[in-house]
Amino acid sequence: MSEKDIVLDLQNLRVRFETEDGIVYAVNGLDMKLEKGKAIGLVGETGAGKTTTALALLRLVPDPPGVVECDKLELNGQDVLNMGIHDLEKVRGKDISMIFQDPMTALNPVFTVGEQIAESIFLHEKCTYAEAQQRAVEMLELVGIPGERANEYPHQFSGGMKQRVVIAIALACHPQLLIADEPTTALDVTIQAQVLDLMKNLRKQYQTSLIMITHDLGIVADICDEVAVMYAGTIVEKGTLEDVFNHTKHPYTEGLFNSLPNINDRKAMLTPIKGLMPDPTNLPEGCPFHPRCPYADEDCKKPQVVRNISDSHYVRCGAYDRPGFHIERKER
Amino acid sequence: MADTILEVKNLTKYFKTKRGMLHAVDDISFKLERGKTLGLVGESGCGKSTTGRTILRLIEPTSGEIIFEGKDINKLSNRELRHARKDMQLIFQDPYSSLDPRKTVNQLISEPIVTNKILKTKAEVEERVAELMATVGLAPRLFNSYPHELDGGRRQRIGIARALAMEPKFIICDEPVSALDVSIQAQILNLLKELQGELGLSFIFITHDLSVVNHFSDEIAVMYLGKIVEKAPSEELFANPMHPYTKALLSAIPIPELGAQKERILIKGEISSPIEPGNECRFYKRCNYACDRCRELPALEEVSPNHFVACHRIGEV
Repeated sequence: MSEKDIVLDLQNLRVRFETEDGIVYAVNGLDMKLEKGKAIGLVGETGAGKTTTALALLRLVPDPPGVVECDKLELNGQDVLNMGIHDLEKVRGKDISMIFQDPMTALNPVFTVGEQIAESIFLHEKCTYAEAQQRAVEMLELVGIPGERANEYPHQFSGGMKQRVVIAIALACHPQLLIADEPTTALDVTIQAQVLDLMKNLRKQYQTSLIMITHDLGIVADICDEVAVMYAGTIVEKGTLEDVFNHTKHPYTEGLFNSLPNINDRKAMLTPIKGLMPDPTNLPEGCPFHPRCPYADEDCKKPQVVRNISDSHYVRCGAYDRPGFHIERKER
Repeated sequence: MADTILEVKNLTKYFKTKRGMLHAVDDISFKLERGKTLGLVGESGCGKSTTGRTILRLIEPTSGEIIFEGKDINKLSNRELRHARKDMQLIFQDPYSSLDPRKTVNQLISEPIVTNKILKTKAEVEERVAELMATVGLAPRLFNSYPHELDGGRRQRIGIARALAMEPKFIICDEPVSALDVSIQAQILNLLKELQGELGLSFIFITHDLSVVNHFSDEIAVMYLGKIVEKAPSEELFANPMHPYTKALLSAIPIPELGAQKERILIKGEISSPIEPGNECRFYKRCNYACDRCRELPALEEVSPNHFVACHRIGEV
C-alpha cells in the first residue's frame, strides 16, 4: 500500500466540550486511516461520539464550547487541521462532503432543489451558473429523480426523495471522501433498500471513499469493507467485516450482536448489555466499558492498550492479557 | 374454541381532507387470543398507529365493530368506556415526549391510580408505585426523579409502569422500542415478554421493525395503505411470504451477518396517496407482478390454514 492511496489519515483525535456543567469528553484518542475507494462503518450507540468524529473531520465542531485536538488530520496529503478558513471552504463540499441523518431538515426550504445542487457545483468548479444548473439536473437524474423536478421545492418531495437530493448535493463535485451520518435512519425499510442500493452503485462508479456512521450492523454488513466499533469516544475494535462479524474479540461488540433479535431463531431470549452508557463528563477509569463488562476484573481499571490480532484487526481490551481468555458469543 | 379477547370486524377510519376522503384504515378484521401477541407491521402512513388508537377509541372509527371481552367498544357510553379502558392500555413510541416533564416518577406512575380512584390513601398509592417500579426494573432511588434526569430506556420503563398500573388485560405497544439503542431495546423487549408470561397479557405490537416483530409476535399482520395485505403466524410469514409487498419488505431487512443478505427485491417508487385510493389493489402502482385484474381490489383470502393473503396472483408468481 503506497502512501498515495491513503485518502484520510487521522491520528489521536480528541474532542471535548467545555460546558458550565463540566467537561464532556466526546472523543478520546481516535485513529483512522482510510484507503481510496474503501468504505468503513463507524458503529456505536447514541453518545459514542460517532457524529462528533465526523464533524471534527470537516472542522465543523462548534467552538466554543468544542475543543478539537489531534496529532494529524490529513486529507489526500493536505493538512486540514491547520488550514485557513478560505482553503477550508474549498475543501468542504469538494474533497470531502457529508450526508446528514435527517433529510427533512438538511435542505433549505426556500430554494429549489436544483438551485441547492447547483450552488455547490458553481462554488467549487470553474463553470457558469447555467452550466452548474445543467449539471444539477444531471445529478438529479443520476440519483433517480426526473430532471424536470429540479425546479421544485423540498416540501414537494417525500422523505426518500429528499435524501436522494441530499446525496446528489454531496456527490455533485465527486468528493474523495463521503461521510454519511445515519443516511437511512429516518427512512422506511423499502426506501432504505433503494437508497443503499443507490449509494453502493455511485460509490463503485466514482471510487469514493466512504465513512458510514450507523447503529445498524445489518447496513454495515451490506455496504462496508471495514468496521470500527466505537464506545465512549474510542474505537474498541476495528477490523474487516470478516474479522469483526465472525471473529468478534471485544466484549462490547459481542454484547451488541447478542442484543439483536435473531431473524432465524425467534424463540431465543435476547441478551442485553447490562447497565447504561457512561456519562461522558465522568468517564470511568481505565477501560470505559468495564462497569458493564461481564469479563471485567481489577486490571480493567488501568489504562487499556491496543492489541493487534492481525494486520487488519485490533481490539482495545485488557482481558487478553489473561492466558486463554476468549469471549463467548452466541451462535446465530 | 380459542379464547378470544379482542375481535375487530371491518374496522374503517376515514379522515376528511380538502382533497377528499383519506382512507387511513380501510375495512380490516382480525382476532386476538388471550395471552398472545399480534404484530402489526408496515411502513409510515400505512395506518398501523391509527388502527391502534381506533381500537382504544382514542379516535372514533368511521364504521366497524371492536369487540373486547364480548362488549362492542363502539357502543359504550363515556362512563362505560372509562371503565373498559382500565383493561386496555397503550404504551407510546416516544418516551421523550409522552411524559409530563414537570411530574416526578412517583407522580407519573400514580396518576392513573389516583385518577381512577383505585387506591385511597397516600401510603397505599406509594406502596403500589414502589411495587410497579420494582416490576419494571426502576431503582427505588428514582422515586422522586424527573423524566429529564433519566435516559430513554428508563423513561420507557415509566411508560410501561403507567400502563401496568391499571392491571390491564390487553396492551397496545405502539413502536415501544423504536427510539432506543439496541442494547436498551433488548432490555425492554425482554421485560415486555417477561410481563406477558407473568401477567397473562395480550399485546398488539405495532412496529416497522420486522426483526423485532418476528422476535415478539405469535401472529403478524402486514399493512399497506390502510389494508391488511397478509396475515399469518410469525414462523409461517417469515418462511413463506406470499404477497409481493411482504416479500419485498422481508428482503429489505439488513441482516447483521456476513453473506446472509438475500437478493433484495427492490420495489419501485413510493407509497401512493391514501386520499381517494379508488378500487384498485393498493399495491398496484408499485407491484412487479401487476396485471389487469389488479385494478380490482383483492379480498383477504385464506390460502393455507391461518395464512391469509390479499392478492389476485397468488399461485401464479
